[in-house]
Amino acid sequence: MRAFVIAVFAFLYLPIALVVLFSFNAGHHASEFTGFSVQWYGKALANPFLVEALKNSLFIATTSALLAALCGTAAALGLARVGIRKRAVFDALLGAAIVVPGVVIGISTLVALVQLFGVVNPFLASIWPDDQPPRLALGYGSIVAAHGLFSMALVTMIVGTRLGSLDRNLVEASSDLYATPLTTFRSIVLPQIMPAVVAGFLLAFTFSFDDFIIAFFVAGAQTTLPIYVFASIRRGVTPEINAIATIVLVASVLLVVLAQWQLRQRKPSN
Amino acid sequence: MLLGPATAWLVVFLVLPFIAIAVFSVGERAPEGGYQAAFTFAQYANLPARATAFWNTMVLAPVGALACLLVAYPVAYYLALRAPQRWRLILLALVVIPFWTSLLMRTYAWMYVLGGRGIPALLAYIGFEDIRLINTPGAVLLGIVYGYLPLMILPIYVSLERLDRRLLEASADLGATPLSTFLGVTLKLSLPGVMTGFSLVMILLLGEYLIPTLLGGGKVFFIGNGLVDLFLQSRNWPFGSAIAITLVLVSVVVLIAANRISTRVSGARRVDLI
Repeated sequence: MRAFVIAVFAFLYLPIALVVLFSFNAGHHASEFTGFSVQWYGKALANPFLVEALKNSLFIATTSALLAALCGTAAALGLARVGIRKRAVFDALLGAAIVVPGVVIGISTLVALVQLFGVVNPFLASIWPDDQPPRLALGYGSIVAAHGLFSMALVTMIVGTRLGSLDRNLVEASSDLYATPLTTFRSIVLPQIMPAVVAGFLLAFTFSFDDFIIAFFVAGAQTTLPIYVFASIRRGVTPEINAIATIVLVASVLLVVLAQWQLRQRKPSN
Repeated sequence: MLLGPATAWLVVFLVLPFIAIAVFSVGERAPEGGYQAAFTFAQYANLPARATAFWNTMVLAPVGALACLLVAYPVAYYLALRAPQRWRLILLALVVIPFWTSLLMRTYAWMYVLGGRGIPALLAYIGFEDIRLINTPGAVLLGIVYGYLPLMILPIYVSLERLDRRLLEASADLGATPLSTFLGVTLKLSLPGVMTGFSLVMILLLGEYLIPTLLGGGKVFFIGNGLVDLFLQSRNWPFGSAIAITLVLVSVVVLIAANRISTRVSGARRVDLI
Protein backbone atom coordinates (compact mmCIF):
# COMPACT_ATOMS: atom_id res chain seq x y z
CA MET A 1 0.00 0.00 0.00
CA ARG A 2 2.88 2.35 0.72
CA ALA A 3 4.20 1.89 -2.80
CA PHE A 4 0.76 2.73 -4.16
CA VAL A 5 0.52 5.89 -2.04
CA ILE A 6 3.98 6.98 -3.16
CA ALA A 7 2.96 6.37 -6.77
CA VAL A 8 -0.17 8.49 -6.31
CA PHE A 9 1.82 11.38 -4.87
CA ALA A 10 4.25 11.07 -7.77
CA PHE A 11 1.26 11.14 -10.12
CA LEU A 12 0.00 14.30 -8.40
CA TYR A 13 3.28 16.18 -8.48
CA LEU A 14 5.37 14.95 -11.45
CA PRO A 15 3.41 16.74 -14.21
CA ILE A 16 3.59 19.99 -12.25
CA ALA A 17 7.30 19.46 -11.67
CA LEU A 18 7.81 18.99 -15.42
CA VAL A 19 6.01 22.25 -16.20
CA VAL A 20 8.16 24.08 -13.68
CA LEU A 21 11.36 22.45 -14.95
CA PHE A 22 10.70 23.34 -18.57
CA SER A 23 9.82 26.91 -17.69
CA PHE A 24 13.59 27.26 -17.08
CA ASN A 25 14.50 25.64 -20.40
CA ALA A 26 16.80 27.66 -22.61
CA GLY A 27 15.45 26.02 -25.78
CA HIS A 28 12.06 26.28 -27.44
CA HIS A 29 11.20 22.62 -27.39
CA ALA A 30 9.48 20.70 -24.69
CA SER A 31 11.20 17.42 -25.46
CA GLU A 32 14.76 18.34 -24.59
CA PHE A 33 16.17 20.43 -21.81
CA THR A 34 18.98 22.40 -23.41
CA GLY A 35 20.10 24.56 -20.55
CA PHE A 36 18.98 26.74 -17.69
CA SER A 37 17.50 30.12 -18.51
CA VAL A 38 14.97 32.56 -17.13
CA GLN A 39 14.35 34.11 -20.52
CA TRP A 40 10.72 32.89 -20.65
CA TYR A 41 9.93 34.72 -17.43
CA GLY A 42 11.33 37.86 -18.99
CA LYS A 43 9.30 37.29 -22.16
CA ALA A 44 6.14 36.67 -20.15
CA LEU A 45 6.54 39.79 -18.03
CA ALA A 46 7.33 41.90 -21.09
CA ASN A 47 4.04 40.88 -22.70
CA PRO A 48 1.64 43.81 -22.14
CA PHE A 49 -1.54 41.70 -22.59
CA LEU A 50 -0.34 39.25 -20.01
CA VAL A 51 0.61 41.94 -17.50
CA GLU A 52 -2.79 43.57 -18.01
CA ALA A 53 -4.54 40.24 -17.41
CA LEU A 54 -2.42 39.65 -14.31
CA LYS A 55 -3.30 43.08 -12.91
CA ASN A 56 -7.00 42.46 -13.57
CA SER A 57 -6.84 39.11 -11.81
CA LEU A 58 -5.04 40.56 -8.79
CA PHE A 59 -7.57 43.39 -8.53
CA ILE A 60 -10.57 41.09 -8.88
CA ALA A 61 -9.21 38.50 -6.46
CA THR A 62 -8.37 41.12 -3.81
CA THR A 63 -11.72 42.89 -4.07
CA SER A 64 -13.87 39.78 -4.10
CA ALA A 65 -11.92 38.17 -1.26
CA LEU A 66 -12.14 41.32 0.89
CA LEU A 67 -15.88 41.66 0.33
CA ALA A 68 -16.35 37.94 0.94
CA ALA A 69 -14.32 38.04 4.17
CA LEU A 70 -16.37 40.98 5.49
CA CYS A 71 -19.84 39.74 4.47
CA GLY A 72 -19.03 36.12 5.25
CA THR A 73 -17.77 36.87 8.76
CA ALA A 74 -20.78 39.09 9.43
CA ALA A 75 -23.07 36.31 8.18
CA ALA A 76 -21.38 33.68 10.35
CA LEU A 77 -21.82 35.91 13.41
CA GLY A 78 -25.43 36.62 12.46
CA LEU A 79 -26.18 32.95 11.84
CA ALA A 80 -25.16 32.09 15.39
CA ARG A 81 -28.17 34.07 16.63
CA VAL A 82 -31.02 33.17 14.31
CA GLY A 83 -33.72 30.54 14.66
CA ILE A 84 -33.19 27.02 13.45
CA ARG A 85 -35.50 27.34 10.42
CA LYS A 86 -33.92 30.52 9.09
CA ARG A 87 -30.55 28.96 9.61
CA ALA A 88 -31.49 25.87 7.61
CA VAL A 89 -32.61 28.01 4.65
CA PHE A 90 -29.40 30.03 4.81
CA ASP A 91 -27.24 26.92 5.08
CA ALA A 92 -28.97 25.41 2.05
CA LEU A 93 -28.27 28.55 0.00
CA LEU A 94 -24.62 28.60 1.11
CA GLY A 95 -24.30 24.93 0.23
CA ALA A 96 -25.82 25.61 -3.19
CA ALA A 97 -23.39 28.50 -3.77
CA ILE A 98 -20.50 26.13 -3.14
CA VAL A 99 -21.74 22.98 -4.85
CA VAL A 100 -23.40 24.28 -8.04
CA PRO A 101 -20.89 23.80 -10.89
CA GLY A 102 -19.12 26.97 -11.99
CA VAL A 103 -20.50 26.67 -15.49
CA VAL A 104 -24.07 27.00 -14.16
CA ILE A 105 -23.14 29.92 -11.87
CA GLY A 106 -21.47 31.57 -14.87
CA ILE A 107 -24.36 31.28 -17.30
CA SER A 108 -27.09 32.11 -14.82
CA THR A 109 -25.23 35.25 -13.72
CA LEU A 110 -24.66 36.16 -17.37
CA VAL A 111 -28.34 35.73 -18.25
CA ALA A 112 -29.59 37.62 -15.21
CA LEU A 113 -27.18 40.54 -15.60
CA VAL A 114 -27.77 40.92 -19.33
CA GLN A 115 -31.52 41.06 -18.71
CA LEU A 116 -31.02 43.52 -15.86
CA PHE A 117 -28.76 45.78 -17.93
CA GLY A 118 -31.31 45.62 -20.76
CA VAL A 119 -33.82 47.29 -18.43
CA VAL A 120 -31.53 49.60 -16.48
CA ASN A 121 -29.49 51.07 -19.35
CA PRO A 122 -32.43 52.55 -21.34
CA PHE A 123 -33.83 53.86 -18.06
CA LEU A 124 -30.53 55.55 -17.16
CA ALA A 125 -30.37 56.98 -20.67
CA SER A 126 -33.85 58.44 -20.31
CA ILE A 127 -33.24 60.18 -16.97
CA TRP A 128 -29.66 61.30 -17.62
CA PRO A 129 -29.39 65.04 -18.27
CA ASP A 130 -26.75 64.94 -21.03
CA ASP A 131 -25.94 62.66 -23.94
CA GLN A 132 -23.46 60.44 -22.14
CA PRO A 133 -25.36 58.34 -19.62
CA PRO A 134 -23.39 55.68 -17.74
CA ARG A 135 -23.81 52.26 -19.29
CA LEU A 136 -23.72 49.22 -17.08
CA ALA A 137 -21.86 46.33 -18.66
CA LEU A 138 -20.22 43.05 -17.77
CA GLY A 139 -16.71 43.49 -16.44
CA TYR A 140 -14.90 43.85 -13.15
CA GLY A 141 -18.12 44.23 -11.18
CA SER A 142 -19.77 41.08 -12.50
CA ILE A 143 -16.65 38.93 -11.99
CA VAL A 144 -16.18 40.23 -8.45
CA ALA A 145 -19.83 39.53 -7.64
CA ALA A 146 -19.83 36.01 -9.10
CA HIS A 147 -16.53 35.04 -7.47
CA GLY A 148 -17.59 36.66 -4.23
CA LEU A 149 -20.69 34.48 -4.09
CA PHE A 150 -18.66 31.28 -3.76
CA SER A 151 -16.05 32.94 -1.56
CA MET A 152 -18.57 34.45 0.80
CA ALA A 153 -20.23 31.06 1.30
CA LEU A 154 -16.81 29.57 1.95
CA VAL A 155 -15.83 32.22 4.52
CA THR A 156 -19.22 31.88 6.26
CA MET A 157 -18.69 28.14 6.65
CA ILE A 158 -15.08 28.36 7.81
CA VAL A 159 -15.77 31.14 10.33
CA GLY A 160 -19.02 29.43 11.39
CA THR A 161 -17.12 26.25 12.24
CA ARG A 162 -14.65 28.27 14.27
CA LEU A 163 -17.44 30.09 16.11
CA GLY A 164 -18.97 26.71 16.95
CA SER A 165 -15.80 25.63 18.73
CA LEU A 166 -15.46 28.94 20.56
CA ASP A 167 -15.28 28.70 24.35
CA ARG A 168 -18.68 30.05 25.51
CA ASN A 169 -17.35 30.37 29.08
CA LEU A 170 -15.03 33.16 28.03
CA VAL A 171 -17.90 35.10 26.47
CA GLU A 172 -20.03 34.65 29.59
CA ALA A 173 -17.16 35.55 31.89
CA SER A 174 -16.58 38.67 29.87
CA SER A 175 -20.17 39.84 30.19
CA ASP A 176 -20.26 38.86 33.86
CA LEU A 177 -17.35 41.21 34.34
CA TYR A 178 -19.47 44.00 32.85
CA ALA A 179 -17.87 44.18 29.42
CA THR A 180 -20.16 45.69 26.81
CA PRO A 181 -21.13 43.33 23.97
CA LEU A 182 -18.82 45.33 21.69
CA THR A 183 -15.87 44.97 24.06
CA THR A 184 -16.55 41.26 24.43
CA PHE A 185 -16.60 40.94 20.65
CA ARG A 186 -13.39 42.91 20.20
CA SER A 187 -11.37 41.29 22.94
CA ILE A 188 -12.77 37.74 23.10
CA VAL A 189 -14.55 36.71 19.91
CA LEU A 190 -12.58 38.53 17.25
CA PRO A 191 -9.10 37.33 18.31
CA GLN A 192 -10.36 33.75 18.35
CA ILE A 193 -12.04 33.81 14.95
CA MET A 194 -9.38 35.94 13.26
CA PRO A 195 -7.28 32.99 11.98
CA ALA A 196 -10.43 31.56 10.34
CA VAL A 197 -11.23 34.94 8.76
CA VAL A 198 -7.70 35.28 7.40
CA ALA A 199 -7.71 31.69 6.12
CA GLY A 200 -11.08 32.33 4.47
CA PHE A 201 -9.73 35.47 2.83
CA LEU A 202 -6.66 33.64 1.49
CA LEU A 203 -8.69 30.72 0.14
CA ALA A 204 -11.18 33.15 -1.41
CA PHE A 205 -8.32 35.02 -3.07
CA THR A 206 -6.87 31.75 -4.39
CA PHE A 207 -10.26 30.65 -5.71
CA SER A 208 -10.84 33.92 -7.56
CA PHE A 209 -7.28 34.10 -8.88
CA ASP A 210 -7.51 30.54 -10.24
CA ASP A 211 -11.08 30.50 -11.54
CA PHE A 212 -11.52 30.23 -15.26
CA ILE A 213 -15.02 29.06 -16.02
CA ILE A 214 -17.12 31.62 -14.13
CA ALA A 215 -15.03 34.55 -15.37
CA PHE A 216 -15.18 33.11 -18.90
CA PHE A 217 -18.94 33.78 -18.95
CA VAL A 218 -19.24 37.04 -17.04
CA ALA A 219 -15.99 38.83 -17.95
CA GLY A 220 -17.50 40.78 -20.84
CA ALA A 221 -14.64 42.67 -22.50
CA GLN A 222 -12.22 42.11 -19.58
CA THR A 223 -9.49 39.49 -19.53
CA THR A 224 -8.30 37.69 -16.42
CA LEU A 225 -5.08 35.72 -16.23
CA PRO A 226 -6.76 32.28 -16.55
CA ILE A 227 -8.79 33.52 -19.55
CA TYR A 228 -5.62 34.79 -21.21
CA VAL A 229 -3.75 31.56 -20.46
CA PHE A 230 -6.63 29.44 -21.78
CA ALA A 231 -6.68 31.41 -25.03
CA SER A 232 -2.89 31.06 -25.43
CA ILE A 233 -2.93 27.34 -24.66
CA ARG A 234 -5.41 26.79 -27.47
CA ARG A 235 -2.96 28.48 -29.84
CA GLY A 236 -0.21 26.13 -28.75
CA VAL A 237 2.02 25.09 -25.90
CA THR A 238 5.02 27.41 -25.37
CA PRO A 239 7.66 27.74 -22.62
CA GLU A 240 6.20 31.19 -21.94
CA ILE A 241 2.99 29.56 -20.69
CA ASN A 242 5.11 27.28 -18.51
CA ALA A 243 6.64 30.37 -16.94
CA ILE A 244 3.20 31.89 -16.24
CA ALA A 245 1.92 28.56 -14.93
CA THR A 246 4.90 28.33 -12.59
CA ILE A 247 4.27 31.82 -11.22
CA VAL A 248 0.59 31.03 -10.64
CA LEU A 249 1.35 27.65 -9.06
CA VAL A 250 3.94 29.09 -6.69
CA ALA A 251 1.57 31.91 -5.70
CA SER A 252 -1.31 29.47 -5.06
CA VAL A 253 0.85 27.10 -3.04
CA LEU A 254 2.12 29.94 -0.86
CA LEU A 255 -1.41 31.22 -0.24
CA VAL A 256 -2.79 27.78 0.60
CA VAL A 257 0.07 26.94 2.94
CA LEU A 258 -0.45 30.29 4.65
CA ALA A 259 -4.20 29.63 4.93
CA GLN A 260 -3.71 26.15 6.38
CA TRP A 261 -1.19 27.51 8.85
CA GLN A 262 -3.69 30.19 9.93
CA LEU A 263 -6.42 27.57 10.36
CA ARG A 264 -4.18 25.52 12.63
CA GLN A 265 -3.31 28.50 14.82
CA ARG A 266 -4.58 28.12 18.36
CA LYS A 267 -7.15 25.59 17.24
CA PRO A 268 -8.56 23.70 20.22
CA SER A 269 -7.32 20.15 19.94
CA ASN A 270 -10.14 17.68 19.70
CA MET B 1 -28.57 43.02 10.23
CA LEU B 2 -25.34 41.05 10.20
CA LEU B 3 -26.95 38.72 7.70
CA GLY B 4 -28.05 41.57 5.43
CA PRO B 5 -25.16 41.82 2.96
CA ALA B 6 -24.79 38.05 2.66
CA THR B 7 -28.53 37.61 2.12
CA ALA B 8 -28.57 40.31 -0.54
CA TRP B 9 -25.61 38.68 -2.26
CA LEU B 10 -27.19 35.23 -2.22
CA VAL B 11 -30.53 36.55 -3.49
CA VAL B 12 -29.15 38.78 -6.26
CA PHE B 13 -26.40 36.50 -7.53
CA LEU B 14 -27.73 33.02 -6.79
CA VAL B 15 -31.50 32.94 -6.42
CA LEU B 16 -32.44 35.55 -9.05
CA PRO B 17 -30.06 34.19 -11.71
CA PHE B 18 -31.45 30.74 -11.09
CA ILE B 19 -35.00 32.04 -11.53
CA ALA B 20 -33.82 33.82 -14.68
CA ILE B 21 -32.54 30.64 -16.32
CA ALA B 22 -35.66 28.77 -15.18
CA VAL B 23 -37.79 31.40 -16.98
CA PHE B 24 -35.50 31.34 -20.01
CA SER B 25 -35.71 27.58 -20.24
CA VAL B 26 -39.42 27.74 -21.06
CA GLY B 27 -38.88 30.55 -23.58
CA GLU B 28 -37.91 30.63 -27.25
CA ARG B 29 -34.78 31.66 -29.08
CA ALA B 30 -35.12 35.09 -30.65
CA PRO B 31 -34.33 35.07 -34.40
CA GLU B 32 -31.10 37.06 -33.90
CA GLY B 33 -30.11 34.94 -30.88
CA GLY B 34 -30.83 35.54 -27.23
CA TYR B 35 -34.24 35.16 -25.67
CA GLN B 36 -37.86 35.72 -26.61
CA ALA B 37 -40.64 35.41 -24.06
CA ALA B 38 -42.83 32.32 -24.37
CA PHE B 39 -44.15 29.45 -22.35
CA THR B 40 -43.19 26.19 -23.96
CA PHE B 41 -41.41 22.99 -23.07
CA ALA B 42 -39.95 22.78 -26.56
CA GLN B 43 -36.43 23.39 -25.21
CA TYR B 44 -36.69 20.42 -22.89
CA ALA B 45 -38.18 18.26 -25.66
CA ASN B 46 -35.16 19.24 -27.75
CA LEU B 47 -32.65 17.90 -25.19
CA PRO B 48 -31.94 14.72 -27.22
CA ALA B 49 -30.40 17.01 -29.88
CA ARG B 50 -27.45 17.18 -27.54
CA ALA B 51 -27.65 13.47 -26.78
CA THR B 52 -23.94 12.84 -27.49
CA ALA B 53 -22.79 15.47 -25.01
CA PHE B 54 -25.31 14.19 -22.47
CA TRP B 55 -24.26 10.61 -23.05
CA ASN B 56 -20.55 11.41 -22.76
CA THR B 57 -21.13 13.35 -19.56
CA MET B 58 -23.50 10.82 -18.02
CA VAL B 59 -20.99 8.05 -18.70
CA LEU B 60 -17.71 9.83 -17.99
CA ALA B 61 -18.94 11.62 -14.84
CA PRO B 62 -19.79 8.48 -12.85
CA VAL B 63 -16.94 6.48 -14.38
CA GLY B 64 -14.54 9.33 -13.61
CA ALA B 65 -15.85 9.64 -10.06
CA LEU B 66 -15.49 5.88 -9.60
CA ALA B 67 -11.93 5.89 -10.96
CA CYS B 68 -11.13 8.76 -8.57
CA LEU B 69 -12.60 6.76 -5.71
CA LEU B 70 -10.56 3.63 -6.48
CA VAL B 71 -7.34 5.63 -6.47
CA ALA B 72 -8.34 7.86 -3.54
CA TYR B 73 -9.52 5.26 -1.04
CA PRO B 74 -6.17 3.51 -0.42
CA VAL B 75 -4.48 6.90 -0.11
CA ALA B 76 -7.04 8.17 2.40
CA TYR B 77 -6.83 4.85 4.27
CA TYR B 78 -3.06 5.05 4.49
CA LEU B 79 -3.14 8.69 5.60
CA ALA B 80 -5.76 8.10 8.30
CA LEU B 81 -4.79 4.72 9.70
CA ARG B 82 -1.31 3.72 8.61
CA ALA B 83 0.86 6.80 8.06
CA PRO B 84 3.44 7.60 10.76
CA GLN B 85 2.20 10.48 12.92
CA ARG B 86 4.91 12.93 11.93
CA TRP B 87 4.28 12.35 8.22
CA ARG B 88 0.52 12.61 8.39
CA LEU B 89 0.17 16.40 8.37
CA ILE B 90 2.75 16.84 5.64
CA LEU B 91 1.09 14.24 3.42
CA LEU B 92 -2.30 15.78 4.11
CA ALA B 93 -0.95 19.19 3.11
CA LEU B 94 0.37 17.62 -0.09
CA VAL B 95 -3.20 16.51 -0.85
CA VAL B 96 -4.77 19.88 0.04
CA ILE B 97 -2.36 21.97 -2.04
CA PRO B 98 -3.41 20.65 -5.49
CA PHE B 99 -7.05 20.95 -4.37
CA TRP B 100 -6.59 24.71 -4.21
CA THR B 101 -4.26 25.13 -7.18
CA SER B 102 -5.54 26.22 -10.53
CA LEU B 103 -7.29 23.37 -12.38
CA LEU B 104 -6.38 25.12 -15.63
CA MET B 105 -2.67 24.99 -14.83
CA ARG B 106 -2.85 21.41 -13.62
CA THR B 107 -4.72 20.30 -16.74
CA TYR B 108 -2.19 22.19 -18.82
CA ALA B 109 0.53 20.11 -17.16
CA TRP B 110 -1.04 16.94 -18.58
CA MET B 111 -1.49 18.55 -21.98
CA TYR B 112 2.20 19.06 -21.83
CA VAL B 113 2.99 15.51 -20.68
CA LEU B 114 0.61 13.75 -23.09
CA GLY B 115 1.17 16.11 -26.03
CA GLY B 116 3.34 15.35 -29.04
CA ARG B 117 6.62 16.26 -27.36
CA GLY B 118 5.90 14.58 -24.03
CA ILE B 119 5.34 10.86 -23.49
CA PRO B 120 4.71 10.13 -27.22
CA ALA B 121 8.19 11.50 -28.01
CA LEU B 122 9.67 9.22 -25.36
CA LEU B 123 7.75 6.25 -26.73
CA ALA B 124 8.95 7.05 -30.24
CA TYR B 125 12.48 7.11 -28.85
CA ILE B 126 12.17 3.52 -27.63
CA GLY B 127 10.51 2.40 -30.83
CA PHE B 128 6.77 2.95 -30.53
CA GLU B 129 5.99 5.40 -33.28
CA ASP B 130 2.76 7.36 -33.70
CA ILE B 131 1.13 6.68 -30.39
CA ARG B 132 -1.60 9.18 -29.80
CA LEU B 133 -2.41 9.95 -26.18
CA ILE B 134 -3.91 13.42 -26.09
CA ASN B 135 -7.39 14.12 -27.50
CA THR B 136 -8.69 10.68 -26.54
CA PRO B 137 -11.37 9.66 -24.01
CA GLY B 138 -8.58 8.01 -22.02
CA ALA B 139 -6.76 11.34 -21.71
CA VAL B 140 -9.98 12.97 -20.49
CA LEU B 141 -10.45 10.25 -17.88
CA LEU B 142 -6.85 10.66 -16.74
CA GLY B 143 -7.33 14.42 -16.46
CA ILE B 144 -10.50 13.87 -14.44
CA VAL B 145 -8.78 11.56 -11.95
CA TYR B 146 -5.87 13.98 -11.72
CA GLY B 147 -8.05 17.04 -11.27
CA TYR B 148 -10.48 15.68 -8.71
CA LEU B 149 -8.39 13.20 -6.74
CA PRO B 150 -7.77 15.62 -3.82
CA LEU B 151 -11.48 16.37 -3.52
CA MET B 152 -12.14 12.63 -3.22
CA ILE B 153 -9.32 11.90 -0.77
CA LEU B 154 -10.25 14.63 1.76
CA PRO B 155 -13.77 13.56 2.84
CA ILE B 156 -12.78 9.87 2.93
CA TYR B 157 -9.80 10.80 5.08
CA VAL B 158 -12.06 12.77 7.42
CA SER B 159 -14.47 9.88 7.93
CA LEU B 160 -11.68 7.31 8.38
CA GLU B 161 -9.91 9.56 10.85
CA ARG B 162 -13.03 9.80 13.02
CA LEU B 163 -13.41 6.04 13.01
CA ASP B 164 -13.26 4.50 16.47
CA ARG B 165 -10.14 2.28 16.36
CA ARG B 166 -11.52 0.11 19.19
CA LEU B 167 -14.13 -1.19 16.74
CA LEU B 168 -11.34 -2.56 14.55
CA GLU B 169 -9.72 -4.28 17.51
CA ALA B 170 -13.05 -5.64 18.70
CA SER B 171 -13.75 -7.03 15.27
CA ALA B 172 -10.34 -8.73 15.16
CA ASP B 173 -10.72 -10.04 18.72
CA LEU B 174 -14.02 -11.60 17.79
CA GLY B 175 -12.28 -13.60 15.12
CA ALA B 176 -13.09 -11.62 12.00
CA THR B 177 -10.55 -11.87 9.17
CA PRO B 178 -8.85 -8.61 8.14
CA LEU B 179 -10.96 -8.63 4.98
CA SER B 180 -14.28 -8.99 6.77
CA THR B 181 -13.22 -6.35 9.32
CA PHE B 182 -12.45 -4.04 6.43
CA LEU B 183 -15.75 -4.72 4.66
CA GLY B 184 -17.94 -4.88 7.75
CA VAL B 185 -16.43 -2.06 9.82
CA THR B 186 -13.97 0.19 8.01
CA LEU B 187 -15.64 0.47 4.64
CA LYS B 188 -19.12 0.66 6.12
CA LEU B 189 -18.24 3.44 8.56
CA SER B 190 -16.29 5.43 5.99
CA LEU B 191 -19.20 5.35 3.55
CA PRO B 192 -20.36 8.90 4.48
CA GLY B 193 -16.98 10.20 3.33
CA VAL B 194 -17.06 8.07 0.21
CA MET B 195 -20.53 9.33 -0.65
CA THR B 196 -19.57 12.97 -0.06
CA GLY B 197 -16.52 12.64 -2.26
CA PHE B 198 -18.34 10.71 -4.94
CA SER B 199 -21.30 13.08 -5.15
CA LEU B 200 -19.15 16.26 -5.11
CA VAL B 201 -16.81 14.95 -7.79
CA MET B 202 -19.68 13.72 -9.91
CA ILE B 203 -21.58 17.02 -9.68
CA LEU B 204 -18.50 19.04 -10.57
CA LEU B 205 -17.82 16.67 -13.47
CA LEU B 206 -21.36 17.21 -14.79
CA GLY B 207 -20.39 20.83 -15.44
CA GLU B 208 -16.77 20.22 -16.42
CA TYR B 209 -15.47 22.19 -19.38
CA LEU B 210 -11.69 22.62 -19.12
CA ILE B 211 -10.62 18.98 -18.98
CA PRO B 212 -12.59 17.73 -22.03
CA THR B 213 -11.63 20.87 -23.98
CA LEU B 214 -7.90 20.72 -23.30
CA LEU B 215 -7.36 16.95 -23.12
CA GLY B 216 -10.22 15.81 -25.37
CA GLY B 217 -9.44 18.31 -28.11
CA GLY B 218 -13.07 18.90 -29.07
CA LYS B 219 -13.53 15.19 -29.79
CA VAL B 220 -14.91 14.35 -26.38
CA PHE B 221 -17.82 16.71 -25.94
CA PHE B 222 -19.27 17.35 -22.48
CA ILE B 223 -22.43 19.20 -21.41
CA GLY B 224 -20.11 21.99 -20.25
CA ASN B 225 -18.78 22.35 -23.79
CA GLY B 226 -22.34 22.41 -25.09
CA LEU B 227 -23.25 25.19 -22.65
CA VAL B 228 -20.26 27.32 -23.63
CA ASP B 229 -21.22 26.87 -27.28
CA LEU B 230 -24.90 27.69 -26.69
CA PHE B 231 -24.24 30.77 -24.57
CA LEU B 232 -21.13 32.29 -26.08
CA GLN B 233 -21.20 31.16 -29.72
CA SER B 234 -24.56 30.15 -31.17
CA ARG B 235 -26.45 32.26 -28.63
CA ASN B 236 -29.34 29.87 -28.12
CA TRP B 237 -29.99 30.95 -24.54
CA PRO B 238 -33.33 29.24 -23.89
CA PHE B 239 -32.00 25.85 -24.97
CA GLY B 240 -28.83 26.39 -22.95
CA SER B 241 -30.95 27.33 -19.93
CA ALA B 242 -32.99 24.15 -20.27
CA ILE B 243 -29.74 22.13 -20.27
CA ALA B 244 -28.44 24.05 -17.23
CA ILE B 245 -31.68 23.45 -15.31
CA THR B 246 -31.54 19.74 -16.18
CA LEU B 247 -27.95 19.66 -14.95
CA VAL B 248 -28.93 21.22 -11.63
CA LEU B 249 -31.82 18.75 -11.25
CA VAL B 250 -29.50 15.79 -11.92
CA SER B 251 -27.08 17.22 -9.33
CA VAL B 252 -29.84 17.44 -6.73
CA VAL B 253 -30.83 13.82 -7.43
CA VAL B 254 -27.18 12.73 -7.06
CA LEU B 255 -26.87 14.55 -3.72
CA ILE B 256 -30.11 13.11 -2.35
CA ALA B 257 -29.19 9.59 -3.49
CA ALA B 258 -25.73 9.90 -1.92
CA ASN B 259 -27.28 11.00 1.39
CA ARG B 260 -29.82 8.18 1.32
CA ILE B 261 -27.23 5.49 0.62
CA SER B 262 -24.93 6.85 3.30
CA THR B 263 -27.68 7.06 5.94
CA ARG B 264 -29.07 3.62 5.14
CA VAL B 265 -25.74 1.77 5.23
CA SER B 266 -23.84 3.52 7.99
CA GLY B 267 -26.50 5.46 9.84
CA ALA B 268 -24.70 8.77 9.39
CA ARG B 269 -25.11 11.70 7.06
CA ARG B 270 -22.52 12.55 4.50
CA VAL B 271 -19.44 14.38 5.72
CA ASP B 272 -19.19 18.15 5.54
CA LEU B 273 -15.85 19.16 4.17
CA ILE B 274 -15.43 22.40 6.03
